[in-house]
Order: sequence, then structure tokens, then C-alpha cells
Amino acid sequence: MSLFKRTPVAPLEYTRKTWMRGWVGATMFFLYAPLLILMIFSFNDSKRNVVWKGFTLKYYEKAMNNDSLVEAMVNSLTIAGLATVFSLVLGALAAVMLWRFRFPFKGAVEGTMSLPIIVPEICLGVAFLIFFAKIEWPTDLPWPLNLSAITIAHITFCFPFVAMVVRSRLESFNKEEEEAAKDLGASEWQTFRDILLPHMKPGLIAGALLSFTLSLDDFVITFFTSGPDTITFPVKVYSMVRFSVTPEVNAASTILIILTIVLTAVALKLQGVKAIAESH
Amino acid sequence: MAGGTQDWRLYKRPFAAIAGAPLFWLLLFFLVPMAIVWLYSFGENAGPADIAISGTLDNYKRAIEWLYLSIFLKSLAVAALVTLICLIIGFPVAMAITFAAPKWRPWLLLGIMLPFWTNLLIRTYALMTLMGTNGYANKGLNALWDGASWLRTFVGMQPLEAWTPVQLLYNNFAVVLGLVYVHLPFMVLPLYSALDRLDKSLIEASLDLGAGHLRTLMKIVVPLAGPGILAGVMITLIPALGAYLTPDLMGGTESQMIANVIERQFKRANDWPFGAALSFLLIYAMFILIALQSMRRDKGREAH
Repeated sequence: MSLFKRTPVAPLEYTRKTWMRGWVGATMFFLYAPLLILMIFSFNDSKRNVVWKGFTLKYYEKAMNNDSLVEAMVNSLTIAGLATVFSLVLGALAAVMLWRFRFPFKGAVEGTMSLPIIVPEICLGVAFLIFFAKIEWPTDLPWPLNLSAITIAHITFCFPFVAMVVRSRLESFNKEEEEAAKDLGASEWQTFRDILLPHMKPGLIAGALLSFTLSLDDFVITFFTSGPDTITFPVKVYSMVRFSVTPEVNAASTILIILTIVLTAVALKLQGVKAIAESH
Repeated sequence: MAGGTQDWRLYKRPFAAIAGAPLFWLLLFFLVPMAIVWLYSFGENAGPADIAISGTLDNYKRAIEWLYLSIFLKSLAVAALVTLICLIIGFPVAMAITFAAPKWRPWLLLGIMLPFWTNLLIRTYALMTLMGTNGYANKGLNALWDGASWLRTFVGMQPLEAWTPVQLLYNNFAVVLGLVYVHLPFMVLPLYSALDRLDKSLIEASLDLGAGHLRTLMKIVVPLAGPGILAGVMITLIPALGAYLTPDLMGGTESQMIANVIERQFKRANDWPFGAALSFLLIYAMFILIALQSMRRDKGREAH
């Protein structure tokens, strides 16, 4: 035993206690085992999910040839991309507004801005369903305009998150820099572009990643706003899970999990693991 | 609230340029839809696709009938149970991350966050495949059962009868487990950020002065991290209360939660005014929870 015990455990080194390690290990197992098993069995050469029958890629091939699944994936990525761009602009503007100005009913505006985050997804979904039905939003538009209703809904719940992240980043801004720029003759717009925007950048990156993930992840709100021709990936997987569990779903899910990991890796590369961890 | 040094009246043009778009969006695509739902909740079905807003309170009266009230209370109980389990599992994990070696800490955090970033539907589906009658959870139980049976024969007792797979899915147990699985990261992250801000020398002092670890935890850590713990509880409780997907996919007919009842009004039952009333009752419940939280927080602040 003494071979492994290099230094005695200090009182605060809770993480070096065996039961604590076991607890964390068990929690990680609980979080990851289902996902790992799902990923492993997407390569399983068997229709029934549970016994390993040999390696195959045929379910990936099937998923790739499943036109409606691919279309759903393309729709999801398009919506997520559009929602991210719009959310970034709106969220950054909202953050600057709240950070910079004094105006009447500011508390109320701030509270309302956080409502789309707090209101249960189901209620927001219902609200969009009624809203788009009431204003008779056209549903027979050509692609990608037919995704506009879903995209609008996604922007509404994404941009307050961006505003929150960017705002907390702005708190650390040194206003003297802005004053210096203006003293040196920079215009309002130049100051914004060259001084404030670079400072906001880490917040914008974090906000963009957050919006993209939130949009890609959303099922409930999309479920209420999507029509028969505007299926997104989660809605498609939902109907597949609901009606027939096929290994295709495993394959498609694995692709999305890998996409998530890649996105996380990109975030890591851009910001470093510490910054990511702290932004949440 | 901090910030906000420029008076909008002195900077009308920049203010309009900056505030216009987000405020317009918020008004048109959030407040207006919510207002329509609110109005609908006082309406009644006047025809197959026509709703008359007549100011009736019938929808609310129906919503507080026992049939629906019991589902509401049950949802609240399930959400509270899920939050409690998440707190019990999550607190030691958050402690472990807080006191981990600096080079490990970010990776442990990432380990908690990666599932949080993974698609909710995929996570639910992954758990479902595991918990099916042919899934690994049942296989594990089967192995345990066989082991117990073998032990019994070993000590000279009758073996247990043959294993029959248990139904793990489509019941209340599955819903609670699924919700815990999905919401655990929601709990760990705020707990961690609360514990991380804690002055560690206070814990050391308590331990030096002879208090045990458990006593230090109860008397020092929990009171100081109180607001963070409360935040974690709210961040878990609120989405768990409004959960739709997990009870829908993993629950049986008796484990439907309030969100499923709301969904039914808009799809199968096609009773939009009643669904609108239920939605607003759910929103009011959230507001009450948040008001309670901020009351507790203010009280805590006064005490210090």
C-alpha cells in the first residue's frame, strides 16, 4: 500500500478520499454508460440492440440513405446556424443596452428579457403554436423560408442567453479605454468596433456556442412550431423512437454526439478548458 | 442592478440604434404570443377552428378540479423528489470538483458539462435502450439474481426461481430516474460555482478547531453556500416541473406530468383555451417558486 501513497491526504483534499472518488466515478458512469452503449451498439450487426453480433457500418449507410433523416439534420443545422447569427446580434445589442444606458422601466425590461429562459418550454411552445396560427404565418414557403417560424422561436429563447453571457463579460470592461478612444477622435461606431467589440469577443463566442447547442437540442418548442414539411432532427428522432426503435436511430444519434464533442473541442481550442468551465 | 451610466435622453440616437431591435423582438415574438395565450385562457371553443374570448373563468375552474389538480401536485412531487436526488448525488460531486487538483478540475467540469451539451432526446433514448426488458440494466439484475440463487444453493438452500425480466420502463420509477439523469448537470454546475467561491480557510479553521468533516459541512459549508444551493435547487426544480419529453417517452399512462396534459389539449384533445389556462397556471407556479427563492435570499442577506 505504501507504494501508492505518495503523500498523506490533507484535510481538504476531499477528492483524494476513496469514497469520494468512487462517488464521482459512479456518477460519471451513470452519465456516460448509456451514451457509450448507444454509440457502441450503433456498430452492432443486429436488429435487436443488445447482443453483440459483429461490427458493421450498415446502419450508418441506412441512416445516410434515409432522405427524411438527412433532410431533418440539414434543417436542424440550418436553423441552428441562423438562430445563432440572429441571437448573437440581438443578444449583444441587448447586453450593451442594459450595460450602458439608464432608461425608464429598466428593471422591468431586464426581468422580461430573462423570462424566455424561465418560462417552461412547453408554455413557450404553446405560445408560438397559437401565435403562428393566429397571424396565419404561411406554411407553404420554399426551403429555407419554411423554417422561419421555427427559427424565430429559437431566436426568442436563445438571445436572452447570449445577452446574459455578454453582459457578464461587459462588467469587466474598463470604460476609460472607451473614453480614451473618443478623446483620440474615434467616432461612436469606431469605438464600438475597435474597442468594445474585441472586449466582448469571448462572451460572443460562448454565447454563439450556447445558442447553437440550445437550438440544435430543442425538441419541445420545435415540436409545436414545426409542420409536416419542417421536421428537425430531434423531432424526427422522436417519431422514430416513438413508433419503431431501429439501429438507425443509434447511428444518427452517434453522429450528433460526435458533432457535440467536435463543437466542444472547437470551444476548447478557442477558449481553453478553464474559460469554458467558468462561463457556465 | 449595476451599470448603466448614460441617460438615454442624452444619447437618444445610439440608444434607439442599440435598444430598438432586441426590444422589438421581445415585444413581437415573446410578449405578444404570451399575451395571446393569456387571452385564450379566458376563452371558449366557438367552432371547430374558432375561439371566442368571452372572459369566462370556466377553464380555470376545470383546471382546479381534482383530476387536473392531482396531476399538478404529482408533477410538483416528482420534480421535488428529482431535485432532492440530484442534490444528494450532486453535492459530493461538486465538492470533489471544488477540491480537486487544479489540473484535474477543468476536465472534471467538462465531464459534467458534456452530457449537458448532448441532445436531450438522445440522452433519454440512450437511457431507454439500457432500461428495456432486454437492456443491460435488466441483464445486470439478472446476473445479480443468478448470483444470489447460486449463493443460496451454495449454503444449502433452495435456489431462487428463474429470473423474469422486470419492467423498468413506462412507470413512475423510470420517469424519476430519467429526470435525474437529464437534470444532474443542472444541479452540479451551480453547486460547484457556489462552493468554489467559498473561503477555504474557514473550512480549515473549523477542522483545526476540532469539528469533524460532517459537522464542518453542516455548520460551515452548507450555510455559506446556501444561496448557491438554492440556485441549484431552482435550476433543477423548474425545468423538472415543466418536463415533457421524459414522462412522455419513459412514463406509462399513470405517470403523465402537467406538461403532457397541456400538450394533449393542443394536439389530440384540441381544447386550446383549457390548454392555455393550464399553461398559465404552470407559469404562475414558476413565479411563486422564484418569488419564494428571492424572499429566502433577501432574508439570508438581512441575517448577515
